[in-house]
Amino acid sequence: MIYLNNVSKVYDSDSVALDNISLSVTAGEFVSIVGHSGAGKTTLVKMILAEEAPTSGEVFFESVNVHKLRGGELSRLRRRIGTVFQDFKLLPNKTAYENIAFAMEAAGKSNEEIASDVPHVLELVGLSQKASRFPRQLSGGEQQRLAIARAIINQPELIIADEPTGNLDPVNTYEVVEILKKINDLGTTVILATHNKGVVDAIGKRIITLDKGKLARDESKEGKRML
Amino acid sequence: MIKFIRITKAGFLNFKRSGTLSTAGVLMMIITLSVIASIILLQAALNFSLNQIKDKVDVTIYFNAGSPEDKILSIKDSLLALPEVQSVAYTSADEALAEFRARHVGDYATIAALNEVNLNPLGAYLDVKAKDLPQYESIAKLLSSGNFLSSDSSSIIDKINYNDNKSIIDKLNSIIGGAERLGLLITLILIIISIIITFNTIRLAIFTSREEIGVMRLVGANNLTIRGPFMVEGIIYGLLSTILTLAIFFPITGWLGANMTGFLGLNLNDYYTANFFQILVILLLSGAALGIISSFLATRKYLKK
Repeated sequence: MIYLNNVSKVYDSDSVALDNISLSVTAGEFVSIVGHSGAGKTTLVKMILAEEAPTSGEVFFESVNVHKLRGGELSRLRRRIGTVFQDFKLLPNKTAYENIAFAMEAAGKSNEEIASDVPHVLELVGLSQKASRFPRQLSGGEQQRLAIARAIINQPELIIADEPTGNLDPVNTYEVVEILKKINDLGTTVILATHNKGVVDAIGKRIITLDKGKLARDESKEGKRML
Repeated sequence: MIKFIRITKAGFLNFKRSGTLSTAGVLMMIITLSVIASIILLQAALNFSLNQIKDKVDVTIYFNAGSPEDKILSIKDSLLALPEVQSVAYTSADEALAEFRARHVGDYATIAALNEVNLNPLGAYLDVKAKDLPQYESIAKLLSSGNFLSSDSSSIIDKINYNDNKSIIDKLNSIIGGAERLGLLITLILIIISIIITFNTIRLAIFTSREEIGVMRLVGANNLTIRGPFMVEGIIYGLLSTILTLAIFFPITGWLGANMTGFLGLNLNDYYTANFFQILVILLLSGAALGIISSFLATRKYLKK
């Protein structure tokens, strides 16, 4: 589903964020990307979302080179990917309901679909009672659950979560990880970038370790693949 | 259609929810529109004064005493046929005498002398008004060149006072031209400054939303969905500011009309109410255009890529 082919990102000569990374993710996988701060996890995520262009190499989503996409095509690609971030990236001037509805509007869904799906997904993440709250009126855990609800509302083929538990306490971290696992069980591919070893161990699926921009290890629960 | 409704709704909601920023934006735009409205009123006052001055200038053709009236009237008709001429007023010899008597009513010596003569020593005259100041010279030249009038007609002309007035007319002409150019320059500078200020305010408002724009892009929203509400907000700025500016100018022109009409020569309150609809259209179009264009340009920066 995702193919990275010799991808490098160099900000300036002494700051190499990604160094010749090649990897692939198949549909339905749950892949955790781990590494210290500055290892290149977020840069890798941004490459897949075409938020940043690689200095060299290519990133494919299925057969499409995402960095060759323009305007409308890129918007369409992003609607196939749900994103969850450490800082939630919610729209501050929209209520919980409107934040989710906005993602559906962006995908061109009808008012009827929005009216039926949004309450459903809010219930799924336990925010039914807080639909009319603004993000600032929600706790960190609630905001992240809202972000996940927004990420899954359009039934994306891929969920990318960049440090989704970075700002959360253990209880909320556990909840978020459980939700992500459930999403994966339902068939959606999940890429999770985190530096939290406990989270990765709790998931127990494929782990890609980055170190100073290099691919240090790629191991699945079936067995380690040392590089 | 559904997209249009959603964008409009989002624009209104954004405007309502970003209260302080919206207020700042509207206030800034009120200042810009007030500058434009003030300039419209100032130009009106200036033009009114200039026209009054222009109106005082004319060329007078004095005829010899006893000149036949039909010849004078035929000269009047020929003058009226000229494209430069706006109007020609005929004053007969009798009317000239009556005017003279009225003007010198307290001057007993002159009136006594006039009575002594017992004849009308004054001739008739034609007051010629040109459409524009520089045209007086060409009219005067034409009259004195001899081509325009037959020798028969020109013999009854006593004098043409253009040359007496020439220096004043020239001076006025340059003052009026200068005043109009200066007015235009000040207008342009003030309008440009206000536009820059408003543009920057709106840009600042959108700058605070740059992360929001980034999030919308990540969610997969296209440019129209992201930009549309900001442009709707721009239109709301324009609409609200126009209404408020128009409201503010009622008491202002009311005061100016009551207190400054003597100084300005024009009752600005009457002018404002008489031209209210035109001013409304100018302000509304300026405000809405300013809002839309500013929003469009300000969001462009964050929508590239």
